[in-house]
Amino acid sequence: MNWESPAAFFAMGGYGLYVWGSFGVCAVLMIVEPILASKRRNDILRSLRRERIAENLEQP
Amino acid sequence: MNAILAIIRRDLLLAMRRKSEVLTALFFFIIVVSLFPLGIGPETALLRKIAPGILWVAALLATMLGLSRLFAPDHADGTLEQMVLAPSPLGLLVTGKIIAHWITTGLPLVLLAPVLGIQFDLDSGALGVLMIALLIGTPLLSLIGAIGAALTLGVRGGGVLLSLLVLPLYVPALIFGAGAVEAHISGLGAGGHLSLLAALLALAVFFAPWATTAALRIALE
Amino acid sequence: MSNNKIIHWFKYASPQSFYPLAGKLIPWFWGLTAVFLIPGLWITFFAAPTDAQQGEGYRIIFIHVPAAWMSMFIYIVMAAWAGLGLALNTRLSGMMAQGLAPTGAIMAFVSLWTGAFWGKPMWGAWWVWDARLTSALILFFLYIGFIALQAAIDDARRADKAGAILALVGVVNVPIIYFSVKWWNTLHQGASVSLTKAPTMAATMLWGMLLMALAFWMYSIAVALTRVRAIILEREAHTEWVKELDEVKA
Repeated sequence: MNWESPAAFFAMGGYGLYVWGSFGVCAVLMIVEPILASKRRNDILRSLRRERIAENLEQP
Repeated sequence: MNAILAIIRRDLLLAMRRKSEVLTALFFFIIVVSLFPLGIGPETALLRKIAPGILWVAALLATMLGLSRLFAPDHADGTLEQMVLAPSPLGLLVTGKIIAHWITTGLPLVLLAPVLGIQFDLDSGALGVLMIALLIGTPLLSLIGAIGAALTLGVRGGGVLLSLLVLPLYVPALIFGAGAVEAHISGLGAGGHLSLLAALLALAVFFAPWATTAALRIALE
Repeated sequence: MSNNKIIHWFKYASPQSFYPLAGKLIPWFWGLTAVFLIPGLWITFFAAPTDAQQGEGYRIIFIHVPAAWMSMFIYIVMAAWAGLGLALNTRLSGMMAQGLAPTGAIMAFVSLWTGAFWGKPMWGAWWVWDARLTSALILFFLYIGFIALQAAIDDARRADKAGAILALVGVVNVPIIYFSVKWWNTLHQGASVSLTKAPTMAATMLWGMLLMALAFWMYSIAVALTRVRAIILEREAHTEWVKELDEVKA
């Protein structure tokens, strides 16, 4: 184990800004990207469902 | 072969009727190059150092200007569809059009570059290398650009998109072209850069008309 | 027998049968991502010892190098799908290429961003015209060009084919660009500290990087498949099979 305390872990031996700046942006992108991708699918699904309901209303 | 010559003749004739377009690209080149000393300052030693890069970047941008009109007028008046149906292979006709594009946009840059190089205090040896590098490099720019022009044919926002597609692909030409002049100035000799540039040209002559033809067929489907 | 196999594979080349298959595969790839990511992160932060020269700052390379690898690898895979689409005229290939492009662009961006955050403490500058960084930047531009071209063409089939040609032209150019930039860099004697040529590449570090690269790989597949599913629905919106899907009926 490299770290004596949580504070030392977050300080990263003085490189905290750079290490957490890199990992933070990487983590944010990798969380946002899948959310956007599944949102894209949900959006198209919602409009498909709406179309289906509209069609059913037209021809009961 | 006759088909290529006929296409070149036709495109040159058309260009002569619209002289202003050719001249606009040329003046664009001159003005862009002349703006740099105004932005950077008149220090001769610095200008001499950055001259090859500036001249090359300006040449890239100037060749870009004419690209969007490489196929668009023929597409608009239906000539392009006739070419696809013509008995001679489309690849040959496309090559002819690329050559005509080079004669109207690339060749004038080659001839004009030494004059602009003098503004940057390049010596006669460096001017010679600059001309040779541009002579090999500008056909390469026309060939790569033709692919982008065919891909963006009739696409909305085509002009800006074209530059986005084509400029990254111009990077090797820029590096070896400007590098040749710099290497000559620093006494390393321009041979290596020029042969690599020529190798790229050979590769592009082989592949670019083929890719352009494929892209044109897709655009016309 | 072999004939059967071919039919079997072509079956999954149709969007209709690929859509449910991808749906089943996605959770598995997310699972694999976690399986590789957790030990990978553990090595990154706890098992890997402090570097003698670079201190703790070197831990950035555990995401920088996998992101850079993936950005190149995804471009090649994208071009392969594109080429397949042109050669065999399969609809799914173009959708795969389109689904991969944003993930590749994000990987290229992550490699640039982390490269800058690594470079600032090590080289003293956020950006250095190092051969790797410069070619990564141009690769990022190539991704952006591909995405922009596809977005600008309304007809999906034409967008696929035009994108395919661009991807193939790009993939021929990537090595040329890389070597030209490298040559340019050595001539101009730029910073020559390299990211991967760490003086002592300890076994733990290698394992950490390998695990992180696998995690990034699985992540890319999972997210690209998710996007491909959305693209399939968008393009096939007016077909019968989409209307009969359970998630549409619900």
